[in-house]
Amino acid sequence: MAEISNEILLSMYKTMYKIRTYEETLGSIYYEGKSPAFDISAGPIPGELHLSSGQEAAAVGICMHLKSEDAVVGTHRAHHFAIAKGVDLKEMTAEIFGKTTGLSSGKGGHMHLFDANVNFSCSGIVGASFPQATGVGIAAKIQGKDYVAVAVGGDGAANQGTFHESLNLAALWKLPVIFVIEDNSWAISVEKDKSTSVGKNSERAKAYGIPGVYVDGEDVIAVYEVAKEAVERARRGEGPSLIEVKVYRFRGHFEGDPQLYRPKEDLEEAKAKDPIKKLEKQLINIEIIKEEELKKMQDEIKIEIEEAIEFARQSPYPEPQEALENVFVS
Amino acid sequence: MARKLPMYKAISEAIAQEMEKDNSVFVMGEDIGTYGGIFGATTGLLQKFGPERIKDTPISESAFIGGVLGAASKGMRPIAELMFVDFFGVAMDQIYNHIAKAHYMSNGHVKMPIVIMTAIGGGYGDAAQHSQCLYSLFAHVPGLKIVIPSNSYDAKGLMTAAIRDNNPVMYFFHKAVMGLGWITPLEDAIKEVPEEPYTVPIGKAKVVREGSDVTITTVAKMVYEALWAAKELEKEGISAEVIDLRSLVPLDKETILNSVKKTGRLLVVDEDYKSYGMSGEVITTVSENTGNSLKTLSKRLTYPDIPIPYSRALEKFALPDKEKIIKNVKEMLR
Repeated sequence: MAEISNEILLSMYKTMYKIRTYEETLGSIYYEGKSPAFDISAGPIPGELHLSSGQEAAAVGICMHLKSEDAVVGTHRAHHFAIAKGVDLKEMTAEIFGKTTGLSSGKGGHMHLFDANVNFSCSGIVGASFPQATGVGIAAKIQGKDYVAVAVGGDGAANQGTFHESLNLAALWKLPVIFVIEDNSWAISVEKDKSTSVGKNSERAKAYGIPGVYVDGEDVIAVYEVAKEAVERARRGEGPSLIEVKVYRFRGHFEGDPQLYRPKEDLEEAKAKDPIKKLEKQLINIEIIKEEELKKMQDEIKIEIEEAIEFARQSPYPEPQEALENVFVS
Repeated sequence: MARKLPMYKAISEAIAQEMEKDNSVFVMGEDIGTYGGIFGATTGLLQKFGPERIKDTPISESAFIGGVLGAASKGMRPIAELMFVDFFGVAMDQIYNHIAKAHYMSNGHVKMPIVIMTAIGGGYGDAAQHSQCLYSLFAHVPGLKIVIPSNSYDAKGLMTAAIRDNNPVMYFFHKAVMGLGWITPLEDAIKEVPEEPYTVPIGKAKVVREGSDVTITTVAKMVYEALWAAKELEKEGISAEVIDLRSLVPLDKETILNSVKKTGRLLVVDEDYKSYGMSGEVITTVSENTGNSLKTLSKRLTYPDIPIPYSRALEKFALPDKEKIIKNVKEMLR
């Protein structure tokens, strides 16, 4: 920990706090217009919404090492990685609201965020990220550049063929890819020990002859350190790594998920392992920041988020006939 | 005894009754156990039959879809649920190269009594990878039967028929007609459903409204849009016949042709993409059999050839609905 500068620690805290506040804010806006009868198509944010509260440290600890030319390919639950990767918050929010000022003028939506400026993308299909990030690695090698690719998947995605095929290919060709498994213990309603033949997916790295590390996602500093090694290894051209981060999903799989499958204790355990509270205590204990400064920082972040939400709310919807545009390059 | 049941319960009841009768029937899929299926199609089955016959799987679609082939080859009658039709990509090889072809390639020595069920349809802001219909993609492949119930009565009967069929049957349920708690329920889809088992024949369409001026042929949620349109058109003196195809393979050509011969006009409404799909197939079928005897050129109102946009403004523009059906019918009668 001594090696990490105060600046980096504060920066990580800020981003984690931003992610949490953003997600919880969206989580309440989502229910606008959806009561008394819950109708998924109603309100400012229609469709499914998968929020990442509790999983912040995975995104922040890893993305701290990335430059804008490095790629991140995320999942259906990707807001935390998008924010940590530097996706424009206003445009991202407008996209989630389906507005013309959004990243894709409303064509993509919350599961399909594309920001080419910072090389971020994500997908609603489980396991889709692994081969795509592998392909980014192929391009880096052919182009002789030192950028890297991060593929993100949940613990459920590690049972997809794409995961295993991509690990093999990336290992075989020594590609600059960091495979990240966010282990939140649940593939929707199916618990990890009911779906996965090994306790830790990181152990599966052995089968492909690459490093595999399991790290506690309550501790962003631990994630930061593990990621540092993996990213540096990738940049040096030594090949891929697999990092599995133990995180907790604070909310349902999607908003509105009754979570009847989930024992109460599991959620309580999750809330007790809050990576933001942990870092906050550390920052104050080692006197990196005073409580009033921290409060000021939090207030600034809240304002930034409010501005993004307001921007999205005030923006117009796209013109209907725009639906027909951009199927092909014109 | 019949009682009103939402479609998701009608499906799970059909499965339960066949499982009670036949030990070779079992179900595999993601979140089909404790959760009861994301769309409720396996509600209550885990409690009734236990985890040996109601199997929650890892997110390993090629494994469990290929798995139903292996199990079928040893005399089981497996049912697989693959949550959204949009998710089939990773398992497609097992379906279109193996499950669809095993009976033919073995010259009938290997039977594939398999049901694969999945959710289709959009209109609720779930964007390009969770809103597609794609049934035409599967209907294109020889060897797969395709059924698409639009209401709970047909849903139970078609599921029972699908389980008893010795061929692979792809069973598509539209989210908006399932009677789920999280999409405003379509009351008309909740029908009286007999408690005892029964079948609705695969390959048999249903005339759900009789009319004399135009035939509207469709499936799933669009059946209701067509019926609502027909009701409005009636006020203006236009009599529309509505056919719920219910199956795409085999296609009930007879019912379609009889209707079109009577009305002289055909409009196909399809929530699936326009090109190379159901709408083209139905119109060609009519064209091949009626020649130039129709009163006007046949039309299709479909999802345009675009990925499904997320924004409400864009999705509404693209999705066929009652108003667009009325407009199209009026143009045909002009």
